Amino acid sequence: MSNKKIENSTKSLKFKRYMRKNWQYYFLLAIPVIYYIVIRYIPMAGNIIAFRRYRAGHSIFGDEWSGFKYFKQFIGDTSFWRAFRNTLMLNVFYLVVRFPITLIFALLLNEIKNLHWKKFVQTVSYLPHFISIVIITGMIRELLSTTGPINALIKHFGMEPITFIAQAKYFPAIYVISGVWQNLGWGTILYLAAISNINPSLYEAAEVDGASHFQRVWHVTIPCIMPTIATLLILDIGGLVGSGAAFEKVFLLYNPMTYETADIISTYVYRLGLYSGNYSYATAVGLFEGLLNLILLTIANKVSKRVTGSSLW
Amino acid sequence: MAGVKVRESTGYIVFKVFNTLIMLVVCAATLYPFLYLVAQSFSSEQAIIMGKVSLFPVDFNITTYKSVLEKGEFLRSYKNTIVYVIIGTFSAIVFSCCMAYPLSKSELKGSKFLMKFIIFTMYFGGGLIPTYVLMRRLNLVNTIRGFVIPSLLSTYYIILMRSFFQNIPKDLEEAAEIDGLSPIGIFIKVVFPLSMPIIATMILFNAVGYWNNWFHSFLYLDKKEMWPVAYYLRTIISGATTSADPGEISAEKMQIAANIRSCSMVLMALPIICIYPFVQKYYVQGMMLGGVKE
Repeated sequence: MSNKKIENSTKSLKFKRYMRKNWQYYFLLAIPVIYYIVIRYIPMAGNIIAFRRYRAGHSIFGDEWSGFKYFKQFIGDTSFWRAFRNTLMLNVFYLVVRFPITLIFALLLNEIKNLHWKKFVQTVSYLPHFISIVIITGMIRELLSTTGPINALIKHFGMEPITFIAQAKYFPAIYVISGVWQNLGWGTILYLAAISNINPSLYEAAEVDGASHFQRVWHVTIPCIMPTIATLLILDIGGLVGSGAAFEKVFLLYNPMTYETADIISTYVYRLGLYSGNYSYATAVGLFEGLLNLILLTIANKVSKRVTGSSLW
Repeated sequence: MAGVKVRESTGYIVFKVFNTLIMLVVCAATLYPFLYLVAQSFSSEQAIIMGKVSLFPVDFNITTYKSVLEKGEFLRSYKNTIVYVIIGTFSAIVFSCCMAYPLSKSELKGSKFLMKFIIFTMYFGGGLIPTYVLMRRLNLVNTIRGFVIPSLLSTYYIILMRSFFQNIPKDLEEAAEIDGLSPIGIFIKVVFPLSMPIIATMILFNAVGYWNNWFHSFLYLDKKEMWPVAYYLRTIISGATTSADPGEISAEKMQIAANIRSCSMVLMALPIICIYPFVQKYYVQGMMLGGVKE
């Protein structure tokens, strides 16, 4: 036998031994991997219908090539640009309000010395995070209805009741305030974890140096959690063109009268595709957003790795 | 800042008072919408329309609860949700374990590739339309599959489980291997019993996710008899909007009284609110496990 043959046979022997020992792992992996291929990757390939003509009931990969027709179509589509603008506006507005408030709330929570009271505040403030978005949006509608408590207050001051849900100008504020309300407590978790990891000797040293309580927060706590702040901020910025996370809430809150400020890319895709039946066009819009999002998130992840040494995954 | 002795200055005392006030305001603002729903659900429709209800029920009655609970639709969808949550959560845990355990063995050939393979789906996905088209084509609709399958495996959860499995001391597994146990045997007899914290977290994550989910039933369950309570609730809430909603497929456009809406919302949120204080710590742990990886 030539050297090559011997090499090959030892290789296959090694392989056999490896598989005899490890085949069960691959057996376990089989169903989940098939799941990922079918449910996650085939639809990814299904994005091809952005470039092909899709007919309901025909191949899920479309019938014939249509080139960039659908992309050219949305470049000139004012509803698309409105949705694009709204996606950015809502995300930026939400980030600008939520980010500092969450950080401040985390620092304030950390100042509570009575552990039972702290636990209570945490338990209460985390609660809305666990409630279905259907109920959250239902609540928003009840609170803002013309017979609801907010309008009762407005009437109390002698003003006319306001139909909040039906007016485009109120939508961004409703979206942002309810988002902060729902996620304020939950958003503090990573900050509190970072604060609890700070070495207590730093505070002791600061105290020996005569630092006041507030100076210690400013010169010890904040610099120590800076990497967490930076990572979260960079990744949030990377997600600014994403409209997937906001889909359900916007979908459940908006209506044709508020599209002007409320319609985001994902809700526009939904209406184009599943309501109007323009599958290929809707897929083209969705794909455009998905790719843009992918690029921005990748950049954000890289920047985060370089700046702070940490990243998501 | 535990353990540091503070000589409290006047400024600090003022701050503490303000901090307590802020926390009280946050708690009140968080709880008020829930209390308002409860108040509405026990009030008469008349009182709500007159705008009399603000914090306490007006014309206190339990007839709304009686009528909602006697209504077949609500109870049916509630039962559906319970069945879906149990089956969905069980399947999700089984298959997540099947994925996470082999992936926790970094020496296993292909595991690094598989990690990248699943992580990529966190950054880029099929999007709404291609996924919808596929689910319809595979005929995964109008059965429980349509509800369970779209969110069966979550990459984020798999990564959390994998990190947990990786932190289990290796010598335990090695000892079991010497005793002649196969990988599946080791998982069932050694790893799984040691993984109760993460399994509990995962049961909660998945169960709450399925309990709260309405969108997949909206997309994939056409028959009313199959709707979970979240979707049922969605139709009665949006039935009360003043404008035509293009998302609405059912013909149910009637105005539903606010007390019935509130009562249904309270009943749907109730199990979560009751269980939540006891399980919250698991969530927090789980969140920290996977938060930001160094």
